[in-house]
Amino acid sequence: MSTADATMDSHHAEAGKAREAFRAVTRDVAWVAEAPRPHKAWLAALAVSLVLLAIGLYSIYVLVTTGIGVWGNSNTVCWAWDITNFVWWIGIGHAGTLISAVLYLTRQTWRVSINRSAEAMTIFAVMCAGLFPLLHTGRPWFAWWMIPHPNDMQMWPQFRSPLMWDVFAVTTYMLTSILFWYMGMVPDLATFRDRCAARGDKLRAIIYGAVALGWRGSARQWHRYERAYLILAGLATPLVFSVHSVVSFDFATSQLPGWHTTIFPPYFVAGAIFSGFAMVFTLLIPARHLFNLKHIIKDEHVEAACKIMLATGMMVGLAYATEFFIAWYSGNMFEGFTFINRAFGPFWWAYFLMVGCNVLVPQAFWFKKVRRTPIAIFCLCLLINVGMWFERFVIIATSLARSFLPAQWSYYTPTRYDVGLFIGTLGLFFTLFLLFFRYAPVIAISEVKGAMPEAHAGKKHQP
Amino acid sequence: MSDERTPDSPSGDDDHGGTAVRREGPLFGVLAEFDTPGELIDAARKVRAAGYTEFDCYSPFPVHGIDEAMGIRRTILPVIIFLGGFAGTVGGLVLQWWCNAYNWPWNISGKPAWSIPANVPIGFETTILLAVFTSFFGMWIANKLPQVWHPFFRAERFNHITDDAFLIGIEVRDRRFDGEATPKLLADAGAISVERVHFDPSPAVRVMPKWITAFIVASTAFALIPFAVAAKARTSHSTEPHIHIFPDMDFQPKYKSDQAMDLFGDGRENRGEIAGTVARGSLDADDLFFRGIEHAPDGDSWTTKFPARLTINDQLMKRGKNRFEIYCTPCHGYDGRGMGAVPTRVAAGGGAWQARNLVDAGNPVVIHMPNGQLFNTISNGYNTMMGYAAQIPHADRWAIVLYVRALQRSQNAGLDDVPADHRSGMQMPEAPQ
Repeated sequence: MSTADATMDSHHAEAGKAREAFRAVTRDVAWVAEAPRPHKAWLAALAVSLVLLAIGLYSIYVLVTTGIGVWGNSNTVCWAWDITNFVWWIGIGHAGTLISAVLYLTRQTWRVSINRSAEAMTIFAVMCAGLFPLLHTGRPWFAWWMIPHPNDMQMWPQFRSPLMWDVFAVTTYMLTSILFWYMGMVPDLATFRDRCAARGDKLRAIIYGAVALGWRGSARQWHRYERAYLILAGLATPLVFSVHSVVSFDFATSQLPGWHTTIFPPYFVAGAIFSGFAMVFTLLIPARHLFNLKHIIKDEHVEAACKIMLATGMMVGLAYATEFFIAWYSGNMFEGFTFINRAFGPFWWAYFLMVGCNVLVPQAFWFKKVRRTPIAIFCLCLLINVGMWFERFVIIATSLARSFLPAQWSYYTPTRYDVGLFIGTLGLFFTLFLLFFRYAPVIAISEVKGAMPEAHAGKKHQP
Repeated sequence: MSDERTPDSPSGDDDHGGTAVRREGPLFGVLAEFDTPGELIDAARKVRAAGYTEFDCYSPFPVHGIDEAMGIRRTILPVIIFLGGFAGTVGGLVLQWWCNAYNWPWNISGKPAWSIPANVPIGFETTILLAVFTSFFGMWIANKLPQVWHPFFRAERFNHITDDAFLIGIEVRDRRFDGEATPKLLADAGAISVERVHFDPSPAVRVMPKWITAFIVASTAFALIPFAVAAKARTSHSTEPHIHIFPDMDFQPKYKSDQAMDLFGDGRENRGEIAGTVARGSLDADDLFFRGIEHAPDGDSWTTKFPARLTINDQLMKRGKNRFEIYCTPCHGYDGRGMGAVPTRVAAGGGAWQARNLVDAGNPVVIHMPNGQLFNTISNGYNTMMGYAAQIPHADRWAIVLYVRALQRSQNAGLDDVPADHRSGMQMPEAPQ
């Protein structure tokens, strides 16, 4: 055997190993969608989600046919669970964009394992969020009035209102998230298409083939695709910061003590990232266990996210402290009263629940042992989700319940339809997420392959 | 490799090779498979060096270094996306300016109709939105997608490029393509297999299916219908009410005033008051005060007194003067002689009409009229004079009666009316007409 032959043999062995590694990635992601029967846990989760969704649909039915009066909102607390849920869901959506866009721009390769599900989460969360302002209008069938169009009412939208900014910001965010998600998914849908065709599953091959748009993975296509994807990521990054800033303007541009503060935009964005990461890992920790994806969504990835949650959690804590400091430092008696009332007034329990879940709970992530224990991370993420919900509730309800005139003061109690609609959006979110997990490429297959060391196999000059 | 078309028989009988006989259309190109991304790059470099232009590399992920090897020029997509974003900025700002500052300026708390800070957020969002649309759709258009009918899809190995395969495809339309030299070049570049790919034998497969064309045409036509309806509505007139897709609360199943209704015998929706109905607080039982009528055993008569609930004093007199000058002087005049502004104007126009002289001593009808009758006249009117009951409250009408009595006395006063200690030095004016 000559040395040349030996080199060839070792080369073929290396090449074979690289190809096997690529095939393994495809197989490990595609098996979830290809399994003839869904996992029992998946079915159980879907059943529960559908029940929640049904509760939500019933609540919407009662709400639309009766009116906003079925909610606990009153003249005093005119924004309550509806806007709380809106801000909460929008915030959750932000981590998805952040993971897929900001981490892409900063070349964090660990994002490839979670970006697809994070983007899906964004879209589903924004869908849930959009429901609340829509239903809060009372007559959702007039929502099209918010679109500027010539009409016989001689009416244009009021573009100087933060609520109108919201319409544009959230709509842009929704469309951008969908396009970004879909564009990233096309090469992987082509993978699904080819696998279905190889198996002879003609129906699915046609469906996946139609949505894959005839993707061929050619170098010229990849070139334009990567360029466009990079630019999309570059566009999505300022967008995500603008969206939550605009959401915070709904409050910050009003004159209500507790809302009227310039700290809101950064404070809201930090909170959004915080809650979004918590939601991503609330979903992914069970999912990677259930679908055997631990070698793709690695422990290091989860650990990195824990550190982000620790950092953003402390930013949120700093914002809480700053609000109190400014309330005292400004010498404004209304501000001072609002914040004393926030912590020690009728909603004190919500305030301390918020501080406990958002400031104290993430401190556990200082410990490596916690960052490496999935069940602990899952529980902490759940608590952070609760805490972030209460943050929005505290800002909205306590400020409104004790405004300038004591004669207006009241307390807020949700009705069953408030609760039902919130539960319903949870059902909608989980239903969509479960369907996505079963029928779509949940991991960015092509990106994972591109980030593997085998992607450079056979190159003369290893990078 | 199960593939029978290998580089060893580049001109082999494709149509009759192997066990399965497969009819083929014209040759589209050759596909060569390589083992690793590195070999793909090397082969691409060789193909390019050989002068080929109509070739492409296919891989499951973007292979780094392949652009340079193939000589792919940077796409102009970023420039187009920038233009898209710029159009979004301009469009968003112009939209806001046109709607809120030009077409329908709208005063919101006295703030300027057009101010950049308030219009920045939406201008920013439209910038992002249009840039995103441009990148998304621009990418598909630049890549000529969707294109689900590419002939390479007919090759079995091609369906692995989304999994683990690295392929180079050279198309026949390349001017350097040669049925024998091209496959050989690829084989020499280290291909593990080379395959010829033909068009589908059936020409029908190479064109878009008719039903897709029909669907596109039909859906485009349907999509134009709303615009056509709107355009028609803009250029025509209709007396029909608007189409209410959501009638909301515009039309409610209830009866409004003065509608016809079958429920009652008179066919009216309105139900009038039942005879004798008195609203709360409106009983007005004191006939002397409310109507100026005095009851006596021998019959009712107009009272000559003033109601007991009124105190006759200077204040009431001044009130009466004030009300008289508001309501009565336009016709009766400040002196009550019937030549107010209206009759004066009638006279100036050549007409002859004057209001009743309230103080005429020569025809003293009003002077002798009982207080109650005077009150009744103010309340309900007389001849062309309308009643003032709706405008002047009862007490004020009595105050006017009081002031009219004062006018009647003052306009016909003689020296006897002056107190004795004021008479010295007084001269009688000429007697009134």
